[in-house]
Amino acid sequence: MTNASRAASRTIRGWLVRRSALAILMLLIVSFLIFCATQALPGDVALIVLGKEASADQVQMVRQQLNLDQPVLVQYLRWLTALLQGDFGTSLVSRVPVTDILLPRIMNSFFIVTLSMAVAVPVSLALGVLTATRKDGLADRTIMAGSIMVNALPEFVLGLFLVLLLSTSVFHVFPAVSLLSPGKPIWTQTDRLAMPVITLILLQVTYLYRLVRGTVIDVLQTEYVQFAALKGMSPRRILFRHVLPNALVPAIQAAGTIFAFSVGGVVVIEYVFGFPGLGTALADAVGMRDIPVVQAAVLVISVTFFVVNIITDIVSFMLTPPGRGGRN
Amino acid sequence: MTPSLSRRTGSQSALVRGLRNSRSLIGLGMIGAIIALAIVGPALAPYSPSELVGVPYDIPNPDTLLGTDSLGRDVLSRFLYGGRNLVWMAIAATTLGLSIGIAIGMASAYFKGMTDEILMRLVDIQLAFPSVVFALLFVTMLGPSPLLLVILVGVSQAPSVARITRGAALGVVERDYVQWARAVGIPTRRILMSEVLPNITSPLLVELGLRLMWSISLLAGLSFLGYGIQPPNADWGLMVNESRNALTIQPWAVLAPILAIATLSIGGNMFAEGMSRAIGRTEGTK
Repeated sequence: MTNASRAASRTIRGWLVRRSALAILMLLIVSFLIFCATQALPGDVALIVLGKEASADQVQMVRQQLNLDQPVLVQYLRWLTALLQGDFGTSLVSRVPVTDILLPRIMNSFFIVTLSMAVAVPVSLALGVLTATRKDGLADRTIMAGSIMVNALPEFVLGLFLVLLLSTSVFHVFPAVSLLSPGKPIWTQTDRLAMPVITLILLQVTYLYRLVRGTVIDVLQTEYVQFAALKGMSPRRILFRHVLPNALVPAIQAAGTIFAFSVGGVVVIEYVFGFPGLGTALADAVGMRDIPVVQAAVLVISVTFFVVNIITDIVSFMLTPPGRGGRN
Repeated sequence: MTPSLSRRTGSQSALVRGLRNSRSLIGLGMIGAIIALAIVGPALAPYSPSELVGVPYDIPNPDTLLGTDSLGRDVLSRFLYGGRNLVWMAIAATTLGLSIGIAIGMASAYFKGMTDEILMRLVDIQLAFPSVVFALLFVTMLGPSPLLLVILVGVSQAPSVARITRGAALGVVERDYVQWARAVGIPTRRILMSEVLPNITSPLLVELGLRLMWSISLLAGLSFLGYGIQPPNADWGLMVNESRNALTIQPWAVLAPILAIATLSIGGNMFAEGMSRAIGRTEGTK
């Protein structure tokens, strides 16, 4: 190993260590914030949850379950230790362990987000390259205008437009409501998945393809591509040798961003279609003030969000050689 | 030309220059139209928004031009009343988000070092929550009061503004006139407000459009989830929630509010697009 490459790998390792240490610290702060927002409040938390008509027994039970008679810091530490041992507590409403409620929901949400990404990423790459090579043509401008509009819409507005278009009077293609039949594997119920997945794909493609298009336009203008064209390399080879590898880096970075925002956007989208995912579980739990479920759902979403962002960071750090776009 | 003179004309014309782009002008027009509708609407409404005027889910007829909703209330009247809260809350939240973000971003760029590090990590923490989830977390126990929603939406908009502001301000704080002002002891607050801020208006105008769009999305989305404006008030997001099950029988109760919300958020986005194009172009040719 040469000196230079040893130094390079040391910087990467150092950067990774620092990045992970910071990430763990930040996750601790995030968890503390989630705890404080739900449990460390002025007033009697048990009464806020149960309402004024609650019996003394019920109040006592909630207090005991959430350790409300302890100082806030002790409550937090007990909550955190239990979390780290995989114990997310018990729902205040259904008296079922939170993991039993959320695990199938998480799988469902994960499934539709991954499925939509599996379609959206290749489609965006293709669409981005195609529109970039036909820059300012009619198709490019139409798709661009359309994508800007779609991207501006709130998720539920887009979802409902799609319902109006695909599930009601105009075309009756897919059912508007995505209630899954329990007992059947989720991937066999394709018609139920269609609407939420199409909504997600539209949101992802309209964002991602524009980034790919921008990068491809930039790459096409670089000297090495111009030189390759001058020396007679075929457009197809230029595309595969020079343009695509360069367009891939921002696409991977953006794919991380998109995964992260889909995890957030999925809350509203699931609600539009009544899809039984993590998002609807959170929305329902908020209404019933089911603190353990809210805490766990928010924690799962924000940790996923956070970890995906870090992985994206690390991957793009690895893809861009140190000193040329890395942080050091 | 003295630096201060060139700076003033530069900052003033950022908006004028941006509005010369037809997109930003159309965007501004769309936003203006909906704001006007929200303000004037209640005066034009034929009925009160909570009055029962007919059978539930009646289709449009001469008495109720857009039909009735799930309880038999007039959809047109509810639509005309329903924009007010969304509009003021979105404007308030955007203003709050921009103010916090600009303050954090400028302080970060100006003081550098530890201040910068701490402020930017704070920003990172907030970015760990998707905005809807962040808002839901606090609404759970505190309840969806309009003021709380404005604060939550504003705070969730601030990190992005802070990053943009910091990025733009980093170049400005190094310039001679800022260094000079610092050296002669002009108060930091005045340096930031009258030397730094006027020079970063261009990216902030783009950010204004985007933040307005996100605030609308978020507020309407929360209402739609049932955690925004509460019944029996009229509110566009809430109207959609109440009537979406009857989409096939009485689509107007859903279509009218979502068209208005779409116009508002597309307007915000077009304003931002136009601004960034106008600014990008002039800066590119400079």
